[in-house]
Amino acid sequence: MNWSVSNLPWLPRPSTNFREQCKDIEGGRCGSKIRELAGYYLDERLGNVLARAIRRASASGVGLEGLTRIRMALLSNGTTTLTAPAIVAAGARYGLLIEVIETEFSQTFQEVFDLKSALYRAEPDVVLFAIDHRGFGLTPCPGNEAAANRTVQQALSEVVSLQSEIWANCDATTIVQTLAQTVSPLFGNYDAALPGTLQSLIAGFNRLLLGTTGHRGAVLDVATIAATVGNDPWHDTRRWHLAKLPFSLDFLPYYADHVARLLGALFGKSKKCLVLDLDNTLWGGVVGEDGLANIVLSNGNPTGEAFLDFQRAVLDLHSRGVILAVCSKNEESVAREVFQKHPEMLLKETDIAVFQANWDDKVLNLRVIAETLGLGLDALVFVDDNPAERYLVRQELPVVAVPELPDDPAQFARLILSAGYFEAVHFTAEDRKRNDQYQADRLRANLTRDAIDLESYLRSLEMTLDFRPFVSIDRQRIVQLINKTNQFNTTNRRYTGAQIQSFEEDPSVATFQVRLADRFGDSGLISVIICRKQDQDWNIDTWLMSCRVLKRKVEHAILNELVEEARRQGISALIGTYLPTSRNGLVRDLFKQFGFLKIESNAPGDTWRLEVKNFERLDVPIMKLSRLSQ
Amino acid sequence: MHETIYEKLTEIFSDVFDDDSIVVTPELTAKDVYAWDSISNVRLFVAIESVLGVQFSNSEITHLKNVGDLVTAIIRKQS
Repeated sequence: MNWSVSNLPWLPRPSTNFREQCKDIEGGRCGSKIRELAGYYLDERLGNVLARAIRRASASGVGLEGLTRIRMALLSNGTTTLTAPAIVAAGARYGLLIEVIETEFSQTFQEVFDLKSALYRAEPDVVLFAIDHRGFGLTPCPGNEAAANRTVQQALSEVVSLQSEIWANCDATTIVQTLAQTVSPLFGNYDAALPGTLQSLIAGFNRLLLGTTGHRGAVLDVATIAATVGNDPWHDTRRWHLAKLPFSLDFLPYYADHVARLLGALFGKSKKCLVLDLDNTLWGGVVGEDGLANIVLSNGNPTGEAFLDFQRAVLDLHSRGVILAVCSKNEESVAREVFQKHPEMLLKETDIAVFQANWDDKVLNLRVIAETLGLGLDALVFVDDNPAERYLVRQELPVVAVPELPDDPAQFARLILSAGYFEAVHFTAEDRKRNDQYQADRLRANLTRDAIDLESYLRSLEMTLDFRPFVSIDRQRIVQLINKTNQFNTTNRRYTGAQIQSFEEDPSVATFQVRLADRFGDSGLISVIICRKQDQDWNIDTWLMSCRVLKRKVEHAILNELVEEARRQGISALIGTYLPTSRNGLVRDLFKQFGFLKIESNAPGDTWRLEVKNFERLDVPIMKLSRLSQ
Repeated sequence: MHETIYEKLTEIFSDVFDDDSIVVTPELTAKDVYAWDSISNVRLFVAIESVLGVQFSNSEITHLKNVGDLVTAIIRKQS
């Protein structure tokens, strides 16, 4: 799919059983289910399916926890039958249970000026005037400036009186729309300069409309919405003639999301805190593996510039009052060093209100961040390049907004700014100062390990593992892993391609490579083990694993296979050595944890022994296993 | 070819009319489906166009007599 904001690319795509899931919305705890389903990208059809399910659940009156009910009257000079359900579905995405009051087609004035109308009987919280250029009598008068001014003034006074009448007669907030620009020029380029052309009338109307809304009104900037997706495809004359649909239904999800985010902002649902992963999110590469000097973050390199662009966008959000936090699987000191020492880093430690860099679960860390800041989880947006982490957070914490990220970091900045998380209806001095307050009382809370069922999450990943002796075609990748893996690496011994080849040919050396795939894709070759035969034992010369697959019990599965292979080859024990470096603290207790006994405690490291006959296979969440023996 | 189109139409019809029991046959017309009014007809064609990758002009839509006509037109447009 091409990247286009009109497809709301920050939302995951719905699964094929979306309809069935909608039918399951019944009984208790519907609120979070509705919210989860609204978190997908929904076209007109699926939006309508969800809206119907919401209406049914709402009518039954049970268990719509976490959703705020509002009533919105929708007044338009076009057909609203398709717009209304789309707004209901999008509203749930922002924590709103919207009841849309539709009025008669093109009866805007009659509804507003009749105190007994259906509009007032419904006691709306919001009135949306979804009126386009066809609803304001903007008759072109090319070249006649006086007539052009009168035409625009007439249209504006209609808008002013509609809003004032609502404010006088009920408690509702009003929303008015700017007008999408025309794509039917009369003179061509001259239309922009000549007073009285439709283009000039629309531009004049839009400019002056912004001053009419007062403190009880807001503007939905349809002119920008349409221009962003393209005025040409926006105006779908075929559908206007057929059914008075005001714009192309291709853009209904995008339009409805804009209505919903604006309503969300009016009812306090906007997000407050942006939580950021680090590796491959704020910079290219993995700092714990590649080192400070080798992460990709610099001008002159297209990928590096993309990450800088993203950091700039994050800083812009920060300066308008969005709180920033870090949530990353990293050694804290290594992660902080990037903020302290990398010359191109735009974000500084002082910009980050809560800094959670550790090896704990991200769900726990997000809870800690919310608690530390005194915010609800629904105030968080979590940005992470790793689809498995995103999936886990969406499963466990559906109220946290978790955007999909495109593969190319070039889109990160635009994505985070377009997704509507931080929609605002005003901007005050207080907003500008907010960050300082949070930083003043920031503290690091203690993690509590509970609540999440990690085991079932791991099983849901449907991991498949392939374990076999070195294959020459993979030699290059093996050498690369051996020479750049620093964290999960028991000895940090480095080898060349020629040395690897000699291991492959040496009968006294047992080599193993491991591949991992899961439902999100193939992680490729992720682990390397080299054992040297000493008498009847295998001495584990090297055991390393890519940090992308940490915390998934992959190492458990690898040990199972290693012991199995040792047993098959008549080996009586595995000997493991831990040689400490500044970066491999992660595996300090690896052998101990797996029941190896310490047999030597020498500088620089410890030596451990595991009797093969005493080993019981570990329970691992691996769905499929393939193994090839030597 | 016919069968896959009918399969897709059945799914679209059940979404648009909120009714899983509709059997989409060549003889089916708007009169046979209670909820098939002018606005759900628009919904129907928006979904058909996006799922099957074809476009209908308004006059083509007006001249279709039944689902059989529709499927013939879809096949003609797809080829």
